[in-house]
Formats: sequence, C-alpha cells, structure tokens
Amino acid sequence: MNIIYSWLRLLPFAWVEYDFMLNALLAIILLAPVFAILGTMIVNNRMAFFSDALGHGAFTGVAIGGVMGLIEPLWSAVIFSLLFSVGIAAIKHKSSMASDTVIGVFSSTAIALGVFIQTSGGRSFAKAMTYLVGDILSILPREIILLAFLLIFVLLLWVFIFNKLLVTSINSSLAGSRGIHTFWNEMLFSMVIAVVVTVAMSWIGLLVINAFLVLPAAAARNISKNQRQYHFITIAISSFAGIAGLLLSYYLETATGATIVLVAAVIFFLTYLLRKKFA
Amino acid sequence: MNNANNFHKLQGSGDACSGLCCTRLADFGVTIGKTKILEQVNLHVHCGELTAIIGPNGAGKSTLLKAMLGEVRATGELKYMDALGGQSEKPLIGYVPQHLNFDTSAPTSVLDLFMACRFKFPTWVYTPKKIVEQIRASLARVKVEQLLYRRLGALSGGEIQRVLLALALDPVPDLLLLDEPVSGIDHNGLQLFYETVSDLRKNFDLSVILVSHDLDLVYQYADRVILLNKMVLEDGKPKDVFQSDNFMEVFSLRWQKSSAGERKNNQ
Repeated sequence: MNIIYSWLRLLPFAWVEYDFMLNALLAIILLAPVFAILGTMIVNNRMAFFSDALGHGAFTGVAIGGVMGLIEPLWSAVIFSLLFSVGIAAIKHKSSMASDTVIGVFSSTAIALGVFIQTSGGRSFAKAMTYLVGDILSILPREIILLAFLLIFVLLLWVFIFNKLLVTSINSSLAGSRGIHTFWNEMLFSMVIAVVVTVAMSWIGLLVINAFLVLPAAAARNISKNQRQYHFITIAISSFAGIAGLLLSYYLETATGATIVLVAAVIFFLTYLLRKKFA
Repeated sequence: MNNANNFHKLQGSGDACSGLCCTRLADFGVTIGKTKILEQVNLHVHCGELTAIIGPNGAGKSTLLKAMLGEVRATGELKYMDALGGQSEKPLIGYVPQHLNFDTSAPTSVLDLFMACRFKFPTWVYTPKKIVEQIRASLARVKVEQLLYRRLGALSGGEIQRVLLALALDPVPDLLLLDEPVSGIDHNGLQLFYETVSDLRKNFDLSVILVSHDLDLVYQYADRVILLNKMVLEDGKPKDVFQSDNFMEVFSLRWQKSSAGERKNNQ
C-alpha cells in the first residue's frame, strides 16, 4: 500500500497529502469497473428495479446486525441480502405475479423492517444516516484490499458466465436449447449484485448506489453497437464519473456518492443527445 | 441408470426407421397445473422431412416445441435414432424461437449473439479472427453474412429469423425446431425463409419441425402436416390433411379467404 501511496503523491494536487483522499481514490478506481460490469447486464436484463431492491435488503441486514450487537454489521448485511436476493429470484421464478410487483413487495417490506429495527426501543435513526448517504472518505486500507479481491472475482465471473447471461437475456428458450442453466446463472448473478451492493452501500450511499450501477451502462448503451464497445465505454464512463465525482466533492464539500451520480447523469444526457449519430 | 437400461433394451428391439434417422414422440403430453395442454401426441419424424404443425391459437403448438426442448416438463418419451441405429434421448436440437425479447436499443450485434451461443470466450473482451471467420461461414449458409456486424435491434423481422436459423444450424443439429413468428415478416420474407429451410433439410438431411401460421406456404413446402389441437387430429401429406373434415372445421374460413385473396391477386 505504501508504494501506491507514494506514487499517488506524485499527482500535482493539494489533496494528495491526505491519506483519506488517496484511500477514496483507490477505492473508486477499484469499484467503478465492478459497478460498470454488473451494470451492463442489469440494464440488458431490465433489472434496475431489482438491484435497487437489493440495496434495501442490505439496509435491513445492517439494521439486524446492529441489533444483534455485531461490531461489524457488514457480514450480517451480506448474509441477509443474499437470502433476500435468492428469495426474490425464487418467487419471481415460481409465481405468475409481475416481477415489478414481487420486487415492490420485497423492497418496501425490507426498508420498513430496516427502519423499524433501527428505531426500535426509541433509538435515533441518525446512526443509519451514514448508510443512506454513504461516506467513501472513511474507507480503510484493509477494505481497499477487499475491494481489489472483489474486482478480481467479478472479472473472473464475467469471463465465465457473461456469454450465458447474454443469451439468456435475449431469449431464455434459446439459451435452454443451448444447454444453459438459465435459472442458476441468473441466480448467481443476482447474488453477486447483492454482495457488491451491500459491501459498497456504506461508502456510496443507499440512496444513490443504484444510479451508480445503472447510469454508466445506460449512457454507454446510447453510443455503442456491440457488447465490447458497450463494456469498455461503460467502464470508462463509470471510472470517469467516479474520479471526477470524488474530486468535485472534495472541492465543493458535498457527499461523494451523490456527486458521482450527478456526473454520471450529465454524461447520460450528453450521450442521449448523441445517440442518433451512433444508431 | 434407468436411462442406460432403456438404452440397451431399445437397441435390442431393432428400429422402426429402417436405416434412416428419425425422431419419435411416444404418448407425449404436457400438463401445467391441472390443465392438460397436450395429450397422447405420437409422432414419427424422418430425416430430410419438413413437418409442419398447424392448429388454432392455443392448440399447444409452441408448448410442444418447448416440451421437446425440455423447457416444459412432459410425460411420455422422445427418442432420436441416427442412421447407424444409435439412439439417444437427448438429440442435438437446433431451435429458432418465435421472437426475441431484447429491447431494440440493446448494443448486441449478430456477432455477439453467435459468440455468446457458440463459444466460451467472453464476447465483451475480444473476438479472435478465427472465430469471426467461422461465424461468417455459418451466416453464409443462409446467405446473411453481410449482417455480421449489425445490431440485432436494427434488423428486420425477416433478417432476424434468418440469423436465428443460421444460429440453429451451428452446429448442425439432429433435429431442427422452428417456431414461426405470427407477425413482423412480410410474405416475400416468409417465402424466402421456407425456401431456405426446404433446401437445408435436403442438403443436411435434417428433420425439421415447423410451427406455422401460413397455410399457403405449408401447403407448398411441407412434406407432412400435423393438425394439432391439444392432440394430433390429422397427420399426413398436405393435400390429404387439407381436405380432412377436422381441417375444415378448424380452418375453413381462413383458408378459403386466403385462397380467394390469392386468386384476386392473380387476376
């Protein structure tokens, strides 16, 4: 880590003196591609609402962990949101209810349960606010190493299951005829989104995390013609929005997560205007 | 284990296909919940034959294909026998779905679709030249190689159907199942499609089962027609099936109308 710090200190900015800024920068460099990659398929599969619900599940998980007196509520949150994602996927698969209804039911129940637990016994909600808004400047070096592993894991996963997920998103019968286990691949994908959203929630903020997942991919979609362009443009937009958002939030003294999302939103509208040129 | 036993028993019993490859459905049925969607379907399809399945809406035509694919749970059995007498319960099936459910703005090219279906190498990383050429050759089989780099959403209904056909033929399957779209393709496009399928079944000696909505084209191209309405009502040569009472009952109005329309066009 020290070597990386000393390299980053060569950058011609005043903020390189602060360790917390360097940590945040590293975290964003690692997180942006993870979000970008997952985002491409979330948009392909029209799962934006689903990934939003997973954030709510993660919040409930944190609340449960807090009540149980865990010092590190992250792990209980990961477990809860995994169960939550499996639950939604299984019910969506079994029931004939429209998927947005299923997701709506789960999502609202989770957030209500989370708030209920957080405030039970007359406790104040203030502690939970960090999860809503997020604080990337608080990230610790060991958490950055965790993110590095997460990135490697997601990249490996994407090498192995992307083709299958793509065919499934185009036509699930076609995927079935090609010997693809559509249900299990999609389940695995949902579980990975659940873990990533949960882990990143306390840094990016529950309120805006879904936008960070969806916006770069939605923007890239406007100007790309094939999956390769789509992926690399999404990663570029996500990284740019992440780094620009961090720096802007430093100078403007705003919440980092929200600033990142605003930058991504501006990029989305720019690409939206350009989309006819690339169609 | 059970499968292995069946396998040996069947090999001993000889084959009814007399040296040709064939696909058989025996007492095939599909029940979803308490509703019987299909029952007592017995079919015997030979290689090099184009079998068209026709029937009213809700007759279970698409369900039959999905059951053969194993996507819908079915009772009864499906057996495939190749020309050498080898049998399997899992023949290699090529499938052309009725429609794709992607949104038309999706950045998925024809190349991406093929890559994703045919190869393990992740299509978002890079496409090796060798694979591109292989895919181009697959597309050339149905004369759509010029569509290689086009976006799926930018293709017409007919073009998508041909691309899907090329995909279903790569690798060359034992059995080709086609679910024809109800709309979105003009008559010329459909005619071209039937011609292509008809050529393919001869060139590759394929068994083709086609769910169709265009009776004129079925009459012109199919070797065999199956009239399905929850069960097999008629099974035979087009001209026999089209003259049957069952056929008249199900289709009389539509068939007369469309023949009349054609006569008008000819005048």
